[in-house]
Amino acid sequence: MKSKAVFAPYLVWMVIFILVPMLLVVYFAFTDKSGAFTLENIMKVGQYSNVFVRSIWLGALATAICLLTGYPVAYIIAHSSVRRQSVLIMLLMLPMWMNFLLRTYAWMTLLEDSGLINNLLAALGLPRVHMINTQGAVVLGMVYNYIPYMILPLYSVMSKIDVSVIEAAQDLGADGRKVFWKVTLPMSMPGVISGITMVFVPAVSTFIISKMLGGGGNLLIGDLIDMQFLGSSYNPNLGSAISLVLMVLILICMGIMNEFDDGETEKGGMMP
Amino acid sequence: MGEKPIISLQNIAVSFDGEQILKNLNLNIRDGEFVTLLGPSGCGKTTTLRIIGGFVRPDTGDVYFDGKKITDVPPHKREVNTIFQKYALFPHLNVYDNVAFGMRIHKKSEKEIKKTVHEMLDLVSLGGFAHRGVNRLSGGQQQRVAIARALANDPKVLLLDEPLGALDLKLRKDMQVELKKIQQATGITFVFVTHDQEEALSMSDTVVVMDKGEIQQIGTPQDIYNEPQNAFVADFIGESNILDGVMHEDYLCEFAGRKFRCVDKGFAPRESVDVVIRPEDIDVMEPSEEYLTGTVTNVTFKGVHYEIIVDVKGFKWMIQSTDFQEVGNVIGLRLQPDDIHIMKKSEYSGMFGDYSTFSDEMEEDQSLQEEAEREE
Repeated sequence: MKSKAVFAPYLVWMVIFILVPMLLVVYFAFTDKSGAFTLENIMKVGQYSNVFVRSIWLGALATAICLLTGYPVAYIIAHSSVRRQSVLIMLLMLPMWMNFLLRTYAWMTLLEDSGLINNLLAALGLPRVHMINTQGAVVLGMVYNYIPYMILPLYSVMSKIDVSVIEAAQDLGADGRKVFWKVTLPMSMPGVISGITMVFVPAVSTFIISKMLGGGGNLLIGDLIDMQFLGSSYNPNLGSAISLVLMVLILICMGIMNEFDDGETEKGGMMP
Repeated sequence: MGEKPIISLQNIAVSFDGEQILKNLNLNIRDGEFVTLLGPSGCGKTTTLRIIGGFVRPDTGDVYFDGKKITDVPPHKREVNTIFQKYALFPHLNVYDNVAFGMRIHKKSEKEIKKTVHEMLDLVSLGGFAHRGVNRLSGGQQQRVAIARALANDPKVLLLDEPLGALDLKLRKDMQVELKKIQQATGITFVFVTHDQEEALSMSDTVVVMDKGEIQQIGTPQDIYNEPQNAFVADFIGESNILDGVMHEDYLCEFAGRKFRCVDKGFAPRESVDVVIRPEDIDVMEPSEEYLTGTVTNVTFKGVHYEIIVDVKGFKWMIQSTDFQEVGNVIGLRLQPDDIHIMKKSEYSGMFGDYSTFSDEMEEDQSLQEEAEREE
């Protein structure tokens, strides 16, 4: 009984700030301006399929780059001495203490046609490269901002792998490569899954990164939703419908991901 | 049991962070033998095992396997398998896949793997558990999966690193019998590490007693118990009363202020020696001139026998007797010549043997307590 009482404030919080807003999104998505039921908003979302495809493609690309570059980093951190580990984790977290907007602004000034990188190239006598307002810049922004969320869950799972399990694999005849493919990688899967979740979801729905680094030509779902609520084409009903579709798509993606994990989430990791 | 050593460690020395773990260790293990490395924690027994497994590279000295030098061969190329202290099963695989791991690495056919896995699981009485996840097994079952996994690789030598340490007493006893049976059935050489002297005595063909990175004695369990080579071995294996003595001539020694007939010879005249008398060898008699006499200061019931502490002129003897004695009783201690065992003096002389306190740790705690009381 006591544990239920302790849980009550959290329950109230969850109802007010999670359940009610979700229901409101659903309500707005299926109503028109006068409040009558309609499917028109959902139908309209179809027009923006190119934006959805672009968002998912760029989000997936950023997630893949985060995984491929983050995995070795997490491996190296998890296999260094304890004192070194805390220093490396500290370095990894350091940029996250700076404001998200500021970090993205910094990339703008770096990537601009007359920005720092291009000035440096010019000074070295090399041709200038157009980088700002491209899809590449958007992906770079996503990777830069979200890679810590990939490395941390990977590191936390890898650092918990018992050394004697690795030794057992060597003892049974596995060389370094086989130890990695048959033991280290499968045992770090919970970290891979939560890392992908924690990068892919915010990357798909971001709007600041695409606005600042992508220019007008690389509209993402986040920008689209932003426009419906705060922008020129004010239409909260359509905005809600887009949000709802996005949510469903992400849930489907996550469902597919979790299939790979055999549903064995009890092994640890940081499943949301 | 072959006479040729299957594993030979020669002049091995290892130190970690400047601390010497093993000092010039030499050990030959014969094919088919059940060898136990026995010693207190920190004596270097696990390091010795890890050197054979290939997980620790000795600073100096060499390891030979079947006559071939394998000092620089990595663990995955050695024909030995290890059972780790904490089982080290693969948590992402079920029982079947754990046992099959080694054979899959060695690219055996699935048909052969299936046959061997079921054989191994039957051997460790886990026939019906093939598709169970290893996290859902009890400690004893996990232990047996680890044994099956190591044996499935058909090793020439099996290394066991305190494999029974985490099991409760009853299960540990059963597994001791089980392991011995498996060793006899397969004929595989077992190198077993433990700090439990009873386990070592009941399972092994050969016991290697280690302390401070050195081998103190190698011998059969009977040798180790009946003919300990120094005060450390005598104290570590079973209970012992260890006294300072002098060897007057062959078969005549003196300790506790008296002369005794004994069965040892070959010492220099009037050589100082350590005298060991096992508590179960002492006969309790009516006090008389003939025997050592003393006062009972403590009696503990141990089930099979009473443990009686007797003060004989300031030296506390331990006696194990099935007859109860009242504290304060004056009793005689009869010693037969073959109850008395004479050892040469060693660096351990004087460190063990008096039962005025039961352990060094308690002694330290007590002296600290006394110090604290004095300060108040």
